Amino acid sequence: MQVQVGEKAAAREYGPLTTRMFVRYAGASGDFNPMHYDDALARAAGYPSVFSQGMHSAALLASFAVDWLGAENVRRFAVRFREQVWPGDVLTCSGEITAISQHESGLLATAELTATRQTGGIAVSASADFLLPSSALI
Amino acid sequence: MSTPVGTRGAEYEMVVERGKIAEFAAAMQSQNPAYAGPGAIIPPTFLMSSALWAPEGAAVDVGFDRRRLLHGEQEFIFHGPPPRAGQVLKVSDQIVDRYEKPGKRGGMMRFAVVVTEYRSEDGTLVAEARKTLIETAPRGGAS
Repeated sequence: MQVQVGEKAAAREYGPLTTRMFVRYAGASGDFNPMHYDDALARAAGYPSVFSQGMHSAALLASFAVDWLGAENVRRFAVRFREQVWPGDVLTCSGEITAISQHESGLLATAELTATRQTGGIAVSASADFLLPSSALI
Repeated sequence: MSTPVGTRGAEYEMVVERGKIAEFAAAMQSQNPAYAGPGAIIPPTFLMSSALWAPEGAAVDVGFDRRRLLHGEQEFIFHGPPPRAGQVLKVSDQIVDRYEKPGKRGGMMRFAVVVTEYRSEDGTLVAEARKTLIETAPRGGAS
């Protein structure tokens, strides 16, 4: 793998998202807030339907990031929740290397990542650090 | 009531399990081989599932009104390669910061930062999860 500041990952789409995917994430994470799978309850609370867990969208963005920069290499992954995500949404994940610093055991590459809805609204954004071998610098 | 900065939850044990990693990887639509097999490592946001291991009352309660509670930010820090299947982690929560900001429509928004530490059996800090919780201002702007 070779990286440089300004390098972008090839974007990847996740979706259309389904309530089934939210349920699968609920089971995997243990987040059983019913707003993410009980449609009648979500509507009664004033929402148009169930909606995704913020951490579900974050997990999809993490999936994208590790396939790009290496699952073993992750040292920090910080997410900010911006817009709600609904059944039928398609999230497009993209990322760019914004900084590279020398570290005692390699190169620390910082990537800024976003998961964007089909509306153009950003669902979640993330900043992540990956520790790469020194030979990775272009 | 607001639980003060420095409040710690009870320590509990989390076993990193291969099956749980595979389940989590499926939920994140990942086919990454690092998450499969006996040597599987954990995905970046996997530590969210440590709550499944927490006994009743071990998680610290910041005291916010659940109807006005938002999860603002979530950060995971790894002090080395991500933990792998078979590792036993000692987990504990601590409230590290609290602050307030004026809400957009009046009233005060309250913030609390909770750090969860993950230590190996010899006590080495291997990972941290940092969660920022927000309580939105009460309706009507009065605080």
